[in-house]
Amino acid sequence: MAGNPAEKWQGGLLGWIDARFPLSQMWNEHLAQYYAPKNFNFWYFFGSLALLVLVIQIVSGIFLTMFYKPDADLAFASVEYIMRDVEWGWLIRYMHSTGASMFFVVVYLHMFRALLYGSYKKPRELIWIFGVLIYLVLMAEAFAGYLLPWGQMSYWGAQVIVNLFQTIPYIGPDLVTWIRGDFLLSDATLTRFFALHVIALPLVLILLVAAHIIALHEVGSNNPDGVEIKKNKDENGIPKDGIPFHPYYTVKDIVGVGVFLMVFAVIMFFFPMGGGLFLKPDNMIPADPLVTPELIPPVWYFTSMYSVLRSVPDPFLGVVAMGLAVVMLFFIPWLDRNPVLSMRYRSFAAKFNLAAFVVAFVILGWLGLQQATTMVSEMSFRWSIVYFAFFFLLWFLSKERSAVFSLVAFAVVVGIYTIYDILRFDPSDASMIMWSWLIPTVHLFVCMVAPVFARGLGRDRAVPERVTS
Amino acid sequence: MANQGVNRGRRRFLVAATSVVGGAGVVAVATPFLASLQPSARAQAAGAPVEFDVSEVEPGQRVSIEWRGQPIWIVRRTDEMLEGLSKVTDRLRDPDSENEAQQPEYAQNEHRSIKPEILVLIGICTHLGCSPTFRPEIGHPDMGSDWQGGWLCGCHGSRFDMAGRVYRNMPAVDNLEVPPHHYITDDLLLVGEDEDGGTV
Repeated sequence: MAGNPAEKWQGGLLGWIDARFPLSQMWNEHLAQYYAPKNFNFWYFFGSLALLVLVIQIVSGIFLTMFYKPDADLAFASVEYIMRDVEWGWLIRYMHSTGASMFFVVVYLHMFRALLYGSYKKPRELIWIFGVLIYLVLMAEAFAGYLLPWGQMSYWGAQVIVNLFQTIPYIGPDLVTWIRGDFLLSDATLTRFFALHVIALPLVLILLVAAHIIALHEVGSNNPDGVEIKKNKDENGIPKDGIPFHPYYTVKDIVGVGVFLMVFAVIMFFFPMGGGLFLKPDNMIPADPLVTPELIPPVWYFTSMYSVLRSVPDPFLGVVAMGLAVVMLFFIPWLDRNPVLSMRYRSFAAKFNLAAFVVAFVILGWLGLQQATTMVSEMSFRWSIVYFAFFFLLWFLSKERSAVFSLVAFAVVVGIYTIYDILRFDPSDASMIMWSWLIPTVHLFVCMVAPVFARGLGRDRAVPERVTS
Repeated sequence: MANQGVNRGRRRFLVAATSVVGGAGVVAVATPFLASLQPSARAQAAGAPVEFDVSEVEPGQRVSIEWRGQPIWIVRRTDEMLEGLSKVTDRLRDPDSENEAQQPEYAQNEHRSIKPEILVLIGICTHLGCSPTFRPEIGHPDMGSDWQGGWLCGCHGSRFDMAGRVYRNMPAVDNLEVPPHHYITDDLLLVGEDEDGGTV
């Protein structure tokens, strides 16, 4: 690059640095000469926005740490102190609490984009794996951070989640004591969660984000058409459908940043509690180990997984199901063997499956906020089946299946939960069990049986050679 | 090249031996870090027993005290409540308190207590650790007409009878735990220690 006359006039400093550190090379590899597909759309804002929220969280978190006291006797008061007495403390704290929820909003939309356009498929499996690891660490980070204000919700939310480990056979009770560092949730728990929240997990998070981006820049970005732009290069070896990330996408992303910050500011200034979704009134009461709040719903971003937990009557199996709901994500690149990446060219059945998954995730999320009545448990169970059926159908829809195979597979899957329904049948809940049985059955029927009778529903379309827009 | 004249067997042995010693070192260094997360000596010492005078509990009343940071409930049950215990037996999961981990031997009876009317329980749901709500009203419309009094856990809906015994088909599968306890005098209760000094 030193021979490039355009850069020469910047003086000897850049040259001096480049001889000692690959500054220009990195700038070019990751920005100025990193060619991204020209057809990115709305869904491609969320990667850079996730990076922005990470920066917001780190900066606001550093300042909160200057005023917060990780001590069971002082923590609650120190948060009140930040809110009332520290200059602009309320803003910094609301920035951090709003940022936590926005992090999950952005990450969920980012993950949906990957599902929509098949961004987890070969050769991008590792990007997806790093991404799911980031999601896992983010959940741990959010959970640890939620305990720190030491309010009633902090305390009892952590009590419920930590006690999940108690259901593990044999080692459970000792494991929970080890996690808490005491025989109950106490100061020992608070201080270790503080250490995890401010040092250990953020470090892991940053390393994973770096790995995520390095892997992305190694293989290049996917796009809404799922067309590999590296297959069509001009005589200089530059993809014909690619444009340099900088300045084209840096400018585009700045527009996204602007809009996002407007939404962020509106929440932070006018709705910091998010109607009880982001911060709960019960958490404005100091933690009291002797009094449990009436209802202990987790924060909204955990409620889908929480519903899966509650849908299983056996405590340990419930925890296993909840764990599986997250762990299944890791296997997606190997479940979905269909060569077509983008949903644009996938069959109706594949689109329906993804839509059902999104609906199940949202409904499970809503159910997780409700008191556990019989109806809520039943709905959680049915939509959990839809949630897990998504993964099965990803595999099933990897190619067009024969009529016999489709019908037999459908009968087996529906049969599994129907047998369970017969075993648990209770005349007082008969009508509810029967009509709710339709929820997962319709999902499976549309994706497995309907294509047998209307072949068009199960057929993927031809993917174009070049990107379309 | 440097590889010529190398004793491969010896090199392999040295690599393996170094790895094993290094691995042992990692395990040894990890031990103090992982062990430091266990309850400290101070936390272990904080489990001292607490005294309570049960004469101040009115019939039908529940009093909460604290032992090891957990709520301990002391209930003086009325005759009506005690009669209710036998009416719900067929709807309970473990009516005879056969799970020995949930109460000391001297509380393994229908009323799950030393004195029939005085119940001593750890007020923590055996499901996921919430503290259930006291619902002593017999036949309260919220709880159903056949409700004989007991506790409802607000978190996941587990129900317990007036002896802390869990109903069938609830998220919780174990009866509420009875802590070790005994009476020093007729009315003076010591929670956290058996008569013979046992604490578990």
